[in-house]
Amino acid sequence: MESSRPVGGLRAYGLIAGMWIRSSLAYRASFAMTVLGNLLLSGLDFVAILLMFSQVDALGGYRLPEVALLYGLSVTSFGLTDLMCNSLGQLGQRVRDGTLDTLLVRPAPVLAQAAADRFALRRVARLTQGMLVLGYALVAVDVDWTPLKVLLLPVMLVSGAAIFGAVFVAGAAFQILVQDAAEVQSAFTYGGTTLLQYPPTVFGKELVRGVTFVLPLAFVNWVPAAYVLGRPYPLGLPEWAAFAPPLVAVGCCALAGLAWRVGLRSYRSTGS
Amino acid sequence: MDTVFIELDGVEKVFDVRRRTGFLKRERRQVRAVDSLSFTVPRGEMVGYIGPNGAGKSTTIKMLTGILTPSGGRLRVAGIDPSRERTRLARRIGVVFGQRTTLWWDLPLIDSYKLMHRMYRIPDARYRENLDRCVELLELADLLEVPVRQLSLGQRMRGDIAAALLHDPEVLYLDEPTIGLDVISKAKVREFLRELNTERGTTVLLTTHDLQDIEQLCSRVMVIDHGRLMYDGPLAGLHEVGESERTLVVDLERELPPIDVAPARVVKVEGPRQWLAFPAHESAAALVARVAAEYPLVDLSVREPDIEAVIAKMYAGASGEAQRVVP
Repeated sequence: MESSRPVGGLRAYGLIAGMWIRSSLAYRASFAMTVLGNLLLSGLDFVAILLMFSQVDALGGYRLPEVALLYGLSVTSFGLTDLMCNSLGQLGQRVRDGTLDTLLVRPAPVLAQAAADRFALRRVARLTQGMLVLGYALVAVDVDWTPLKVLLLPVMLVSGAAIFGAVFVAGAAFQILVQDAAEVQSAFTYGGTTLLQYPPTVFGKELVRGVTFVLPLAFVNWVPAAYVLGRPYPLGLPEWAAFAPPLVAVGCCALAGLAWRVGLRSYRSTGS
Repeated sequence: MDTVFIELDGVEKVFDVRRRTGFLKRERRQVRAVDSLSFTVPRGEMVGYIGPNGAGKSTTIKMLTGILTPSGGRLRVAGIDPSRERTRLARRIGVVFGQRTTLWWDLPLIDSYKLMHRMYRIPDARYRENLDRCVELLELADLLEVPVRQLSLGQRMRGDIAAALLHDPEVLYLDEPTIGLDVISKAKVREFLRELNTERGTTVLLTTHDLQDIEQLCSRVMVIDHGRLMYDGPLAGLHEVGESERTLVVDLERELPPIDVAPARVVKVEGPRQWLAFPAHESAAALVARVAAEYPLVDLSVREPDIEAVIAKMYAGASGEAQRVVP
């Protein structure tokens, strides 16, 4: 009996990710050290923002708890995606050395296999740190919580992860064509999450416009968070825009899926 | 009953190659890796697929497995269009890439097999049976608990072949399966493949640089060069097409002028030893008798033609026109 593609994909993902976890446990000491190192490194990231706020009271009009909310939302949703499909960012490597071939002859969706490739549990460090900062922000921020605002939080995280996921997939598709584009992809993924950690008000209008209409990362946190915080929307967007993230996410994923199909079909493999 | 298993009809693969010719200037060129390739392979046949580097061997295998999409022509494996239904076809084929392992580097060999078991959804009894068989014939019993990174190249290749067969594929593609292996490992791999083909009726298509693989395994050989099929037929026929020659090495009592006995011609003289080349299809016995009758013969040996040389000769003689012997 043939199961549907998404189910088959998830199953293959689970199987392969499990193998990688067991592989990494083959070197227990190294595993423990990298987890610790990643936790410390991720922690330092937010310390940089804390240091900034030791000098100023507000950044682009946002106070520390508010920036922490942006930061927490951005890093948590990105951390989720990074944990799940980080290896898509390095797909060019597999294309260059021809090992993508071995994924293509298996009876499972290649995207699932490629996403699970080199699955590393140590990446929960970033996710954990994002959730810790988000937790602090939710306690410290001064907001009149309504049911709608509370509901918006998980919606933002899931949609945000999906939007970042779409960027990963589209980038991977691009790397099939241009194998050494890993850095370009990092600029959008890591660059994107860093950008979103700061209020939109500190950036130039052109950049905000690009991040809203071209690569709609603004819907990960800027726009919906503006609603939660009761702040003016970037670019004077209408109020309903705060509830657009799920739609934006679906649109991005559809486009990324299309790009992936095109990319895979134009895969050229390597000689022998 | 339709016994045609692999079917290619005018299959082409064209690559766009961009070459830098200057700062920001690129030259676009089309390279025909496979050019109107047509052949069929019936179920249960064992075929050798040979040719020089860059001839299009791997490209063909990659199209047969669905990794690459053909630029033109019609291609079917078990009635399936590989590039359109790659995932469905994957359950029915086995692939071994000689140069890259599909085994899990840091995990014991058996873990890779367990993954295959689940990923291919192989029924438990079937998996057991196939694994036991492979373990026995490929001598893997002592290796199952060893992390793959600790295996030798030959052991890993045997492990890879087993991994490709656990789901009972109807066809096995092997890309350079004996590359870099020592003599004993090569012999084991060949013996296993022969047994797989005769006992199970698995269709086998193998690319190789090692002509002994072909000599010992394949009843049929296809030679490809510049993306075109240059020869398709039994190995013996390849010698004829390539006008191959055997060599008679004779040691005479003393240094003598070059021996003159038709149809042989002397290709080399070194003191009392002379090398005589003669057409491979001529009888060596008759030639030896004539030489022995006319010259003071001390010792002799006959050397079989080197197939590599035969193929090289064929390449040299081929002016785009395919020479074919239909079996």
